Amino acid sequence: MSVSDTQGLLAAGGYVADRALATTVHLSLAMQRPLFLEGEPGTGKTEIAKVLSAGLGRPLVRLQCYDGLDLSAAAYEWNAAKQLMAIRMAEGGARPDIYAREFLQERPLLAAISGPPSVLLIDELDRADEPFEAFLLELLADFQLTIPELGTVKAATPPVVIITSNRTREVHDAIRRRCLYQWVDYPDAARERAILALRAPDVPERLSAQVVAFVQKLRAGDYFKLPGVAETIDWANALKALDASELEPTAVDETLGVLLKYQDDIAKLRGAEAARLVDEARSAA
Amino acid sequence: MGLVRVTALAANLLSFARLLRRAGLPLGTAEVMAAAQALSCIDIGERREVQAGLRAVMVHRHEHAEIFDAAFNIFWRDPEASRHAAAMAMLDGFKPEEKQRPGSRRLAEAMARDRPPPPKEMEEPPPLLDMAMSVSERERLQAMDFEAMSAAEIAFARAEIRKLRLPLDARRTRRYRPDPYGPRVDLRATLRRSLRTGGEIVTIARRRRVVRPPPLVAICDISGSMARYAQVLLHFLHAVTNDRDRVAAFLFGTRLTNITRQLKHRDAEAAFEMIAHLVPDWSGGTRIGEALEKFNKEWSRRVLGQGAVVLLITDGLDRDGAAGLAEATERLQHSCRRLIWLNPLLRFSGFQPKSQGIRAMLPHVHEFRPVHNLNSLRELVEALSDPHRRVA
Repeated sequence: MSVSDTQGLLAAGGYVADRALATTVHLSLAMQRPLFLEGEPGTGKTEIAKVLSAGLGRPLVRLQCYDGLDLSAAAYEWNAAKQLMAIRMAEGGARPDIYAREFLQERPLLAAISGPPSVLLIDELDRADEPFEAFLLELLADFQLTIPELGTVKAATPPVVIITSNRTREVHDAIRRRCLYQWVDYPDAARERAILALRAPDVPERLSAQVVAFVQKLRAGDYFKLPGVAETIDWANALKALDASELEPTAVDETLGVLLKYQDDIAKLRGAEAARLVDEARSAA
Repeated sequence: MGLVRVTALAANLLSFARLLRRAGLPLGTAEVMAAAQALSCIDIGERREVQAGLRAVMVHRHEHAEIFDAAFNIFWRDPEASRHAAAMAMLDGFKPEEKQRPGSRRLAEAMARDRPPPPKEMEEPPPLLDMAMSVSERERLQAMDFEAMSAAEIAFARAEIRKLRLPLDARRTRRYRPDPYGPRVDLRATLRRSLRTGGEIVTIARRRRVVRPPPLVAICDISGSMARYAQVLLHFLHAVTNDRDRVAAFLFGTRLTNITRQLKHRDAEAAFEMIAHLVPDWSGGTRIGEALEKFNKEWSRRVLGQGAVVLLITDGLDRDGAAGLAEATERLQHSCRRLIWLNPLLRFSGFQPKSQGIRAMLPHVHEFRPVHNLNSLRELVEALSDPHRRVA
């Protein structure tokens, strides 16, 4: 398999990757190393995992991170109720082994290495706290989990591991060193048009070209939160739903909430500034 | 296996790694070995592929990507580049500036020596530092304005500051730790313990939620009007940074500089030496609005997660006439759990928020406190550790 094959695999799943991203994904598959994707929200980091899962025909195991995520929610948990029941049932008889596999409840991380070969998505790792990162190290380095009462569970086939971060917190160097690192940036105009053609095929070509030109110009501006690709797709669909065939200042003003998510930003863009960008976008596209 | 056969490639890779290290990238053997493995997986005739591949294994942070790309371009043109002075000079440009800038000398001086105390109404000569300072002397210094202190007195103040601990009101996390008197039963530990007693549950293990202080972000003004305070406050920030985890510190005058990594240095003098090299605008003018806007855009999402408390240390005297200041402060207030403004000007009992900058910022902070002497610092510490204090 080559980089072009990987790029093709992603494209077949509806993901337009640039060469650098395709190379990193290819290396991650070839070297069996976890892939650490960092970038602004809405640049398609999570989507890569979904597309890889579909393209490789492997089930997607997803772990959404949050503050306070711990072992019992992320990896495994002993089924205490069942264990107590087993002790009760055996009262007087032979003592049951309450740490047998049947009492173990699998959570995403354990499921990813003990089940069939999978794609493991550890989403928004920056939302989890530092102790959880430390716990991931063994899994990322050796694709195994050590359960004190049971022993070490090792993956027969290493899962494809994708970690994403929106950089709301710096993820520790120890995690980074075990992964291949890729910064996922906003796409350039050509790639964004290609993405729109794939992800919003109903939108007229003229409109989608103008949408992309508008968003690209908007990203050069001074806003608190710039729109990601996800917002571009939503916005194109929104304009289509309003039966727009071209960018119009009024339609843009009415749908700004799809594109920008902070009131300060919307207030700054609405009106004259939006009209100016519409003009520029229409003459550029 | 590829490594042994393609020795020329391996040698090139090693000298490329040397070049990257020279440019300041942290690069270990593991990265070089991974790079060799990566090269065997891709088409090494394809330049962009090689660049992207090597970057993926050798770079671990976005900030380093630019240095990597520059080094790669030099190396691709001429693998012997590491021997050429010109190429090296280009890469050295990425390293932190080594030579002393005027501003940095000022900072170094400000840190090391003392300037003549400003002529104040107090005419008595500054007392020599007496190691066994009398109680009344201590009391006098507690209430003395930092601005009026002599070098010896500042040294004493530093020693006192180093003793201050900043126990911010702890937040409950969603994590548990074993605690024999905890409110919750830990079934897993209880069952494991029961094995010791032949499967009979004799004792019940309990647990309790972990509490931990929230992250702290300090944004400190080092413009001319604040220079004297900033000197002492930097010591305070240094003490706090080394006392607890999750502290981020920024300095601003006309530009915003992140000094978190430098402040983590245990030795205060060494830390300030590094900061002196980093900060371009020591004792210059102030553009508070611009600095806060930059903080909001580039750093707030990265350091204000998990309920951070922000200490904004500035006198609010803005050179730009408070342009954009109100909006930036409001955005900052909305992005953190608590925004505390520390203002040395508040020491004057008849303080009136007359300056445009102060009027713009005041409605958008949770708390407004003086910070001009040891007593006010101590009060700050007490206020921060009071869990029942509500937003003002």
